[in-house]
Amino acid sequence: MELSVLLPFIVNVIVGGLILGFVYAIIALGYTMVYGVLQLINFAHSEVFITGAVVGFEVFRILQDSTMNGYLKLLIALIAAMLVSGLLNVLIERLAYRPLRGSPRLVPLITAIGVSLILQDTLRFLEGLQGRFDLTYTLPAGFGDKFCSTNSTCAPVGDFLRTIGVDVQLKDVILVVVSLVSLAVLNYVVNRTRLGKAIRAVSQDRVTAGLMGIDSNLMISATFLIGGALGGVSGVLFGLKFGTVNAYSGFDPGIIAFTAAVLGGIGSIPGAVLGGLLLGVIQNLIGVMNIFGNLLGFANLSTIDASYSKIGPFIVLVLILIFKPTGLLGKSNVEKV
Amino acid sequence: MTVATPPQANPTVRRPVVKPDRTVWLMLFFIVTSVLLLVSHEPDVLRNLGPLGSVLRNKVVEALVVSLFLANVLFAYLWKAANWAKLIVGVGSLLFVLPLAGQADTSLLDLSIQVMIFAALALGLNIVVGLAGLLDLGYVAFFAVGAYTWSIFASPRFGEVLKYYGSNPGTTGSGTLALGLVLTAITAGSMIYIRGLHGRVAPTRLSNLSFLLAGFGLLAGILLVGRSILVLASGSAAALANGINPGFFWLFLALSIMAAAIVGVLIGLPVLKLKGDYLAIITLGLGEVIRVLANNLGLYTAGSQGITPIESASVPWFNSLVGALGFGQDQYYLLFLYVLVLIVIAVILLVNVRLDKSRIGRAWIAIRDDEIAAQAMGVPLMQTKLIAFATGASFAGVMGMLFAAKQTFISPESFNLLQSITVLSMVVLGGMGSFSGVILGAAVVTLLNLRILPGLGEASANVPWIPQEVNPANFNRFIFGAILVAMMLLRPEGLLPNKRVARELHHEDDQEDESKDGNASGLNQGGDVYSAGLATIKEDDKPGGNR
Repeated sequence: MELSVLLPFIVNVIVGGLILGFVYAIIALGYTMVYGVLQLINFAHSEVFITGAVVGFEVFRILQDSTMNGYLKLLIALIAAMLVSGLLNVLIERLAYRPLRGSPRLVPLITAIGVSLILQDTLRFLEGLQGRFDLTYTLPAGFGDKFCSTNSTCAPVGDFLRTIGVDVQLKDVILVVVSLVSLAVLNYVVNRTRLGKAIRAVSQDRVTAGLMGIDSNLMISATFLIGGALGGVSGVLFGLKFGTVNAYSGFDPGIIAFTAAVLGGIGSIPGAVLGGLLLGVIQNLIGVMNIFGNLLGFANLSTIDASYSKIGPFIVLVLILIFKPTGLLGKSNVEKV
Repeated sequence: MTVATPPQANPTVRRPVVKPDRTVWLMLFFIVTSVLLLVSHEPDVLRNLGPLGSVLRNKVVEALVVSLFLANVLFAYLWKAANWAKLIVGVGSLLFVLPLAGQADTSLLDLSIQVMIFAALALGLNIVVGLAGLLDLGYVAFFAVGAYTWSIFASPRFGEVLKYYGSNPGTTGSGTLALGLVLTAITAGSMIYIRGLHGRVAPTRLSNLSFLLAGFGLLAGILLVGRSILVLASGSAAALANGINPGFFWLFLALSIMAAAIVGVLIGLPVLKLKGDYLAIITLGLGEVIRVLANNLGLYTAGSQGITPIESASVPWFNSLVGALGFGQDQYYLLFLYVLVLIVIAVILLVNVRLDKSRIGRAWIAIRDDEIAAQAMGVPLMQTKLIAFATGASFAGVMGMLFAAKQTFISPESFNLLQSITVLSMVVLGGMGSFSGVILGAAVVTLLNLRILPGLGEASANVPWIPQEVNPANFNRFIFGAILVAMMLLRPEGLLPNKRVARELHHEDDQEDESKDGNASGLNQGGDVYSAGLATIKEDDKPGGNR
């Protein structure tokens, strides 16, 4: 097999995986934030995030005919999705999780599954009222174009990408930039502000933080707000990346993002990002395993195609939980009796 | 924050409530609902009833009648009544009235089989979730294993598999069969030997490694043997074009139990070290893995097209007996399955009750309450959890097989996550850990799913202002979700609670603890210890005894 064909192909797969991984990473942050504070897997997060995607769709649909700048449309979509998803997440916490604080761990988990199902059908109902099921994003002009493929005005980055044969669209670049910006903001909020300090205190020890004058309920609500807002961002990015969403399509990316959070060490923000990126690449690699099999002459690999890529994250999850349950960057948590 | 529940009197001083005798009411209710059920499924009578008949034909009303009829059995269980009345109601409604009504309307038989299949599934999941406290979100995987075990062999699929191996024999033949058998024997022997060695001396890294190697060798040996048997048997592919002899049904009834239990152990071994939410998510993942495999292993499972037709057992004497009672040819197999499922669920219930009172049952409950304390008291954690997993799985396996035989068609779509959650909501609705509650939950959810929601959907289809996209029949996720949330918020112990679980969930009414201060593990602490299965302390015993 010729290296000159294989190498750009591999690079493309990895770059595509990394871009996908940024979406997973931002979703995973929503899980990790909530888990860090409440030790609860917020199953409903995948629906919170798909709500963000739906809101983004609606914004793009409404603004479709306006002559507004495409980036401004995206900004409006992001802000609207952040608001709706964040408030939805706070509402869920207030109505479903807060009354159950202090009950056995199984109880809020089952509630979370229930909330997730309720949200799925509610979303489908709301969109169904208008006769829609699959929501196809109509993006502003230019978002779907190849990044710097037509002219050489955008050198040197475009030229470099072209020489190594990477196929990147403008929306992929936007996606990565938005992810990095939200990561930076989140990092600032959690590590540099008073609010972040209070949230960290609550996540460490809720009772003692309460004694220090921190309103733990308020901080938990704030965490849910931030987690939901990140879900909104990731929803819009997800819609941008895949083009089509429906009320039920949150499940798969949700579960992959959860795996990413566990892989990186749940509760750890850099871990979530690392896990998301890794899983994006792994999933892309499994999806093209058959091409590798054909290229390299392994007949057994050639049956593994994109339909198997769903299994990848679960296998990774099983392996990581067996061999390093704390995740790659997680702290070990010794259970005290 | 406390769980919002009605205040409850302290059970230690509460006098037992004397229930009134309701024999008369029970019999009356039984007769009325039976007549109603029989009438509403008799087309000739309905036609003569005029407007009342058309009301009874309405899907929603029909679902209501069926629910009321099934409530008989529940009341016979709950109410205080003479034993003969309970016996008449139980046996009469399940063995006489239901089949009789099913004669006129086979969908009723179908529905009751479905209810019982789900009841058995819920009983199995109840062992895993309710008794052992392991949240399993991939439970339907075991159901799928049972279903596919039978349907591959009892359908043209098996002939196709043999044909494939006939045309792609590779180098496998009788020589490879011998090699595989030798390999299997040697590796199995060495695994047993190393295991015995571990009993006497502490395992070393080397012995662990050789155990693992022997395990791989065993797997390879079994694969070789299986493959060469398939190749050697491929000559008879044409003869098996319609699947194996239905007489093997009984053998496969045992095999599907075993297969599901083995898969349960295989899935359980790596994942049962995890706790709570991690276990939930990983079982969910493995359940999805099995579904994706079923979707992609086209040779064995026919992929997303599914396997059809699947045969069920042929029992000539039963058929002639049923035929003599006036049932049609096409109803034989349904009625046979109905009786079979009834027997199986009785056995499962018996096993459940006995297990609950056994050492294992108490160990499960100990683990559910506090894993670390249970371990400290000498409960072997892994073994006990694996038994729970395997038992629950085996119930699902046998029911999966019966489900395949009833549907005569299965595809991976029948085994998705929503099914697992449906079964979970049955367990939660009825009450985790309570057998009668779980069966009630199964009946309610199945009726809702198969009768009430489609009935409402049909009714609303004619209403112009309801668009088709928001048809109530499509709201089952919403309803399961609402069931889960509402039960957790309002009545976490379920409709027919297990006494012990109810006390645990409400024990802040009985005694002080810090769980309400936000200590998530609060419920694992303190509290009196009651015997797991049956309370040996009478409810009105005074603490400390009478002196």
